[in-house]
Amino acid sequence: MEDPLLNQLPFLVLLLPLVGFAVLALFGDAIRDEETEARKSGGQGLAFRLRAEGTRGAMLIACVMAIGSFALAAWSVARLLALPADARFYQPSLTFDWISVAGFTVPMGLLLDPLSSVMILVVSGIGSLIHVYSVGYMGHDPERVRYFSYLNLFLFFMLLLVLGGSLPLMFVGWEGVGLCSYLLIGFWFKKESASAAGMKAFVVNRVGDAGLILGMILAFSALGSVDLLELRLGAEGLAPEAFGAFGPVTWVCLLLFVGACGKSAQIPLHVWLPDAMEGPTPVSALIHAATMVTAGVYLVSRLSPLFALSETALAVVAVVGTATALMAATIALVQTDIKKVLAYSTVSQLGYMFLACGVGAFWVAIFHLFTHAFFKALLFLGSGSVIHAMSGEQDMRQMGGLRSKIPWTYWTFLVGTLAIAGIPPLAGFYSKDAILLGAWGAHKPVLFGVGLATALLTAFYMSRLLFLTFFGRFRGSHEAEHHVHESPASMLVPLVVLALGSVVTGWGWERLHMGEALNLVLAHAEGHGAHPSWLPVLATLAAVVGIVAAWYAYVMSPEIPGRVSAAARGLQRVLEEKWGFDLAFDWFAARVVVGGSESALWKRFDAGLIDGTVNGLGRFVDAWGRATRGLQTGLLRGYALLIFGGAVLLLSYLLWIRPA
Amino acid sequence: MSFLDQHLLSSLILLPLLAAVVVALLPRESVGLQKLVALVSSAAVFLVSLKLLGGFQATAAMQFKETLPWLPEYGIAYRLGIDGISLWLVLLTTFLTPLCLLGSWQGIEHRQKEFGVFMLLLEAGMIGVFCALDLFLFYIFWEAMLIPMYFLIGIWGHERRIYAAVKFFLYTMAGSVLMLVAFLVLYRESGLRTFELAVLAQSPVPPALQAWLFAAFALAFAIKVPMFPFHTWLPDAHVEAPTAGSVILAGVLLKMGGYGFLRLAIPLFPQAALDFGPWIGLLAVIGVVYGALVSLVQPDLKKLVAYSSVSHLGFVMLGVAAFSTVSVTGAVYQMLNHGISTGALFFMVGMLYERRHTRLIGEFGGLKNVIPWYAAIFLMVCLSSIAVPGFNGFVGEFLILLGSWSYDWRLVAAASLGVILAAAYVLWMVKRVLYGEVTNPKNEGLRDLSARELCVLVPLVALALFMGVASPLFTRTIEPAVAGLVEQVRAQQQGAPSAAQAPVTAPAPGAVAEGH
Amino acid sequence: MNPALVPHAVLLSLALFVIGALGVFLRRNVITVFMSIELMLNAVNLAFVAFSRSWDRLDGQVLVFFVMTVAAAEAAVGLAIVLALHRHKDTLDVDAFSLLKG
Repeated sequence: MEDPLLNQLPFLVLLLPLVGFAVLALFGDAIRDEETEARKSGGQGLAFRLRAEGTRGAMLIACVMAIGSFALAAWSVARLLALPADARFYQPSLTFDWISVAGFTVPMGLLLDPLSSVMILVVSGIGSLIHVYSVGYMGHDPERVRYFSYLNLFLFFMLLLVLGGSLPLMFVGWEGVGLCSYLLIGFWFKKESASAAGMKAFVVNRVGDAGLILGMILAFSALGSVDLLELRLGAEGLAPEAFGAFGPVTWVCLLLFVGACGKSAQIPLHVWLPDAMEGPTPVSALIHAATMVTAGVYLVSRLSPLFALSETALAVVAVVGTATALMAATIALVQTDIKKVLAYSTVSQLGYMFLACGVGAFWVAIFHLFTHAFFKALLFLGSGSVIHAMSGEQDMRQMGGLRSKIPWTYWTFLVGTLAIAGIPPLAGFYSKDAILLGAWGAHKPVLFGVGLATALLTAFYMSRLLFLTFFGRFRGSHEAEHHVHESPASMLVPLVVLALGSVVTGWGWERLHMGEALNLVLAHAEGHGAHPSWLPVLATLAAVVGIVAAWYAYVMSPEIPGRVSAAARGLQRVLEEKWGFDLAFDWFAARVVVGGSESALWKRFDAGLIDGTVNGLGRFVDAWGRATRGLQTGLLRGYALLIFGGAVLLLSYLLWIRPA
Repeated sequence: MSFLDQHLLSSLILLPLLAAVVVALLPRESVGLQKLVALVSSAAVFLVSLKLLGGFQATAAMQFKETLPWLPEYGIAYRLGIDGISLWLVLLTTFLTPLCLLGSWQGIEHRQKEFGVFMLLLEAGMIGVFCALDLFLFYIFWEAMLIPMYFLIGIWGHERRIYAAVKFFLYTMAGSVLMLVAFLVLYRESGLRTFELAVLAQSPVPPALQAWLFAAFALAFAIKVPMFPFHTWLPDAHVEAPTAGSVILAGVLLKMGGYGFLRLAIPLFPQAALDFGPWIGLLAVIGVVYGALVSLVQPDLKKLVAYSSVSHLGFVMLGVAAFSTVSVTGAVYQMLNHGISTGALFFMVGMLYERRHTRLIGEFGGLKNVIPWYAAIFLMVCLSSIAVPGFNGFVGEFLILLGSWSYDWRLVAAASLGVILAAAYVLWMVKRVLYGEVTNPKNEGLRDLSARELCVLVPLVALALFMGVASPLFTRTIEPAVAGLVEQVRAQQQGAPSAAQAPVTAPAPGAVAEGH
Repeated sequence: MNPALVPHAVLLSLALFVIGALGVFLRRNVITVFMSIELMLNAVNLAFVAFSRSWDRLDGQVLVFFVMTVAAAEAAVGLAIVLALHRHKDTLDVDAFSLLKG
């Protein structure tokens, strides 16, 4: 059975946000200066009204493009699901290539299958919600047109990332979302910290991207292709020794995993993500929680047939993921900035997803990616609503008791917290349980144990966040307290939708047997042991323990945290310094790279040695000239005498000395 | 216009010369007319050069060939012709020259007439270098090109212009004099009594001699590229040159180094090229990383871009050293990319200089508040320069790395550091120049891009994007020429992988790559 | 010329040459220097003729004509230069013209 429409629809899904970006970028400038115009004309003149309408129109265009893209994505997925399970592959392609040199060809080809279906739904769906939310959140920013144009561009690149049919095309989306992330983190470019964070994000990501580039190259030379589907065939055709512990397959996987570490903020490339919270909160929700940062998980899952061939690579993925999950969770315990807690939580959850990949349960990773997109976006948008209510304050120590003042935000936030903590029957419970089951089933008791501990920590720090923000007394100034207000409908509607999603997606996923659908394209271990019935109970117990402990420490007797940190000052210090990664990076970047380049390479070597040698040569010639110029007296008779004397000497030599 | 069709390449060389004479004869007072004539004629040259695209066949053969006997007793003739490699470099030259003249419309404040004359002479010389198929003719164009450039730096440059001009001249002369000696030795020792490139390349001299001659050629071209450690003339020349000089220098002149390797040094001395290849590759990769690191700490915008050129051209030379069809195609493509993106960067730095009369990064900051259009285009140019996919640079760099992997994967791995560092030095510079608050009151009243400046920049940015998404339109003509070259050279090398043979990937036994 | 006189002629030529050379070195007036140069040329001419006689070959005498032609040309150019020098500096002292000093 063929569905010709599916050869066009994915391109349309991509096209809409791109058009939105182009329109906003090209015509945005005409309407950019609404505020200045308002001041000039006192908010009256025609020009002002045109511009005001223009900005509204621009936001509308952006939202329409995002929602339209979602609608088209949903339509394509519906059509795809209508096909029999083994026909759910479409590789729509344009008639021209992107690169084509001497046997290396990258067609403008996409890949639509169950995996990319899940991804485009998440990306365009959550993307649309965040567009709508942004209308409320960013509606008063003077540069909102620029903001929405970036948002549309991000959507385009993210969709390209998940739809790209070959590694290089995927890489276009990969770097494209990194670029948008850079632009959006640094959106408030006047703020020094924002532009610095944007730069850091891009550069750290570039480290991963370099690995990804090398991985693509090695994949092409070792496996003969960069097409996502052909890679697997190439791997299957290799000689057995290629699958050794450090054979080419392992190297391909490890290099690609370096890229995934960069994008998905895994140790040691996780340092950019917490800083990325400098961006507007909807951006944090969309890019740095729900979609872009999961690209690494998507990449590993997408190439799961390859990863499954290498024990070494899987082990590395699992260990890095688990370590990241635990480390980020511990750091989240001591953060006081509401968004930083969520940021480290995201890092931790991404580690969880890699843990799932590493134990071979790739579909579970996608499952957690899916549910996480909902509740983490919900939590970020909720925190945005809190920050909005607090007039920009992000420090939880200045909050408290907001429960009654912003009830919609509170209730949706509560849902999100319970979901991420893994309380049944919310979404997080299902996916987290599946991950722990995967680790248990793969006979990795250590990974399982760490995963369980992380689940407990997750429940603890998220409840801490909830209690510090919404419970107890208000700790900020009176003025701030007076100003607390609930957010507009455009912000609340996405919250409610996402809260619903956080409730039903886990259950729905199981009901719809999405795992089985995905397993057609993902590698998966056969014959996992039976689902031990104690496991969900244990996981739930961990979550409950975490929540109760947080309740006890932050609501019942708030003096406990101070006592604990006083008792364990060293640990507190380590956690506040984020295990030293940021210090090490700063030292390396500022001292070693910049300092070394400046003093050693540039001043000493380049200007000193190389240029010194060249200029020294010049000076030598100059000095020689100066030394011998005295012979040039300018007196003609002197020259004549010299010539004569020379001639006499020469002649005497020729006539008398030489013959003898 | 049949002369034009019959002698397209000669016309491309003669038209700028003719225009230079016309500009020189114009009355000294009518400055506007001088500028207009120079601009219009260079634009006309560009349009004429587009005819090359129409008649060009995607084969390895030299096309649009012209031959006129000159000094027949020495086998010297006026021989012109282009293949897929030189085609695009000629077009790059004719494309950049009118933009340079337009971009310097106001930046050049005295001796506008001489400026136009020298620019047109330079254009003729550059086109000549890319078209010459006779060593003697090549040398004449090579040296002739030096003179207008010397004056461009020396007359219209900044404070230390004389120092920079002399340094530029001496460096280039030092290389090219050795090359001339090598020409003469080659002429004697080959016994063919001809300077015709194609004939000489057919029967290489004995390997022992090749090594010396190759070294002489390589030195001349390595200085021009410039390769580490022969690069120190470049920052000085760039910093002191006027905007148009920097653009032409980075855009076209540096390409002559890589072009010289591909057109002369490697085909004439295939065995020596094979033997020296790893060293060239090593220096290239050192250049990639070193240029990027030094670029990182430059306080002067032009110096930063200059050192970034060292890094970018290191990539090009890595592709040349690896000498596979893919890597060399990538290298040629990267030359074009670098001409466009670095040319645009120099234009933009020049535009800032015209406004503020400084190039120090510390003098700027927060420019995005004041000149948003400038900031937007500047960022796009920077993205093109750091090879974000979707822009041109990525395709070139990727092809180079891909094609060089089988040559030596360690070099590729080291060169990938350049990819990371490029993002660091460019974005750090962007941050310090564009972002933040306006801290320097002198920057508050800057005006945004004028229509004229947009006319200069938009074609460059548009081309950067176009080359990033539609690379096959370019590589389909580059690739056959490169494949022919690789095949010809490999056939004359002993112990070299044959052009079609699968490369040996270090960690990957049984690997299969290009050419299948 | 009597062949026996050849040594005398050579000695005379030598004497004339030395006188001319000393004139070039010691005199400061450009005209005198110029005349001394002519003297040296003619000394050489005399030697040529003498040797031509002694070897009994005509080459030397042919060469004398060459030298005389060159000397005439040199006188023409040289005197023009002397005139120009005098106009330029109003003196004929050779030491006044030391622009080539390094």
